Amino acid sequence: MIQTIAFYMFAIIMIASAVMVITARNPVHSVLWLILAFFNAAGLMVLVGAEFIAMLLVIVYVGAVAVLFLFVVMMLDIDVAAMRAGFIRNFPLGIVVALILLAELVLGIGAYNVGAINLGTPPAGDASVVAESNTAAIGALLYTKYVFLFEIAGIILLVAMIGAIVLTHRPSKSKRGQQDIGKQVRRNPDEATVMKQPEVGKGVEL
Amino acid sequence: MTEFFQSLGMSYEWAWGVATIAGILLIALPLMLAVAMIIYVDRKVWAAINLRRGPNVVGPFGLLQSFADGLKVFLQETIIPSAANKGIFLLAPIVTFTVALAAWAVIPFDAGMVLADINVGLLYILAVSSLSVYGIIMAGWASNSKYPFFSAMRASAQMISYEVSIGFILVCVVLFAGTFNLNDIVRAQEGFGLGIVNAYVVHPLIFPIWVMFFISCLAETQRVPFDLTEAESELVAGYQTEYSSMSFALFWLGEYANILLMCILNALLFFGGWLPPLDIDLIPWFDIPGIVWLLLKAFFFFFMFSWVMATVPRYRYDQLMRLGWKVFLPLSLVFVLVISGYLMATGHFGAAA
Repeated sequence: MIQTIAFYMFAIIMIASAVMVITARNPVHSVLWLILAFFNAAGLMVLVGAEFIAMLLVIVYVGAVAVLFLFVVMMLDIDVAAMRAGFIRNFPLGIVVALILLAELVLGIGAYNVGAINLGTPPAGDASVVAESNTAAIGALLYTKYVFLFEIAGIILLVAMIGAIVLTHRPSKSKRGQQDIGKQVRRNPDEATVMKQPEVGKGVEL
Repeated sequence: MTEFFQSLGMSYEWAWGVATIAGILLIALPLMLAVAMIIYVDRKVWAAINLRRGPNVVGPFGLLQSFADGLKVFLQETIIPSAANKGIFLLAPIVTFTVALAAWAVIPFDAGMVLADINVGLLYILAVSSLSVYGIIMAGWASNSKYPFFSAMRASAQMISYEVSIGFILVCVVLFAGTFNLNDIVRAQEGFGLGIVNAYVVHPLIFPIWVMFFISCLAETQRVPFDLTEAESELVAGYQTEYSSMSFALFWLGEYANILLMCILNALLFFGGWLPPLDIDLIPWFDIPGIVWLLLKAFFFFFMFSWVMATVPRYRYDQLMRLGWKVFLPLSLVFVLVISGYLMATGHFGAAA
């Protein structure tokens, strides 16, 4: 009963906000609806018992990725009218994409109903899946059976990160504003200041 | 609590619903009271360090000052700037406040005294605290004014940066405890230091990460050395410049609820939570309920927050980013490595060593 109510609440809000993502006129509103959709997807994951994935979805997508989306959309001055001007020109392309998606959906549902391929189901009697919480279960599987795939994924992400840094890094031209904190902390009064007692009417030699 | 309501003759669903709502009210209402009092404590400590008197007019010792402020704010007019994005402008303080309350669902106040005893409690807190940035971004953008927008950008960059190092610091604690459940993390600290001290912080590898955690908490809640989002000399009042009346008060309540949450987290993760400080039977302090210990510890950390506020000057923004990315991130990564190595070497994981 409680699960049913929660499921329909999350599902309805998720679909409604997904519809709002594409119908909202203001791009910032679109991103905010997208965030609501992510959040409700996380709620659905909790309902099927995948609480670890749900928390990761909120931390990674809602907490970091969507913030960057929001940033970019807020900073860009998007002219909605200019974008709508190309509607007729891009219409055939849109139809093609929509048809491909529809065909894939039909194929996917058909394949699911036939139920022939069992991708992703672990072989029977797999001893590594023995854990009480699903955080531990995912860890046990990820770091034993799929450890090489996991590390390859890590290395791909590392390469992507280095690539992004190389592409965006600009060495600063000016000498000003470069603060060397270590040097500043190492300074002491003996070498940084001098006491002088000038006589009246005479200057100071530095 | 569900069993109690079921014994009154309700069906399971109704009993669950009523028990949950009662639990939420039992946490949220005292929390609001605590926020009001903690704002008073904050001002008093700040004043004492500055050799001033602080609030001392409303009620005995000025104890009712926060309530007077609340009443004043409540009676004011809510002004919505004509160029603001109205819906988001009104939603932003509500989001801030709701998210600040949501994290309290998994906080254990005593052994088993928790609204939602979930396996991924610590991850839930990380997730909710990463949501709290939205209230600020929405407020800054919807105000349609340049200072709030600058402030919102600063706030989100700052919170995302420090969440990274907080994440790694929490990984260290989880490595020691072996669980994400906050109740079990507290139980794992029982007799941790030489069988006597109920706290993780006495361990020489955990003390430095606690110091980093405390500083990151200051940055995450935008407390004083890192309060660049409300830097009044540059940004008027930051993201809340255009807000008035209750919408302004909601930001304040949310901010202080977050600060209290961070104080409680310090106590739970590093100082033994609801356990008494020492695990010795000689002193009759096992009769003191756990919630008293937890609140005492949290109050001590709040005092430290106020103390820092009255003593330390504000950081510059590039220094803040440098501290987050070039000091805390590498240091916490190194600590994750060192602590896992140490735990492996000392056979903490039993057969895995």
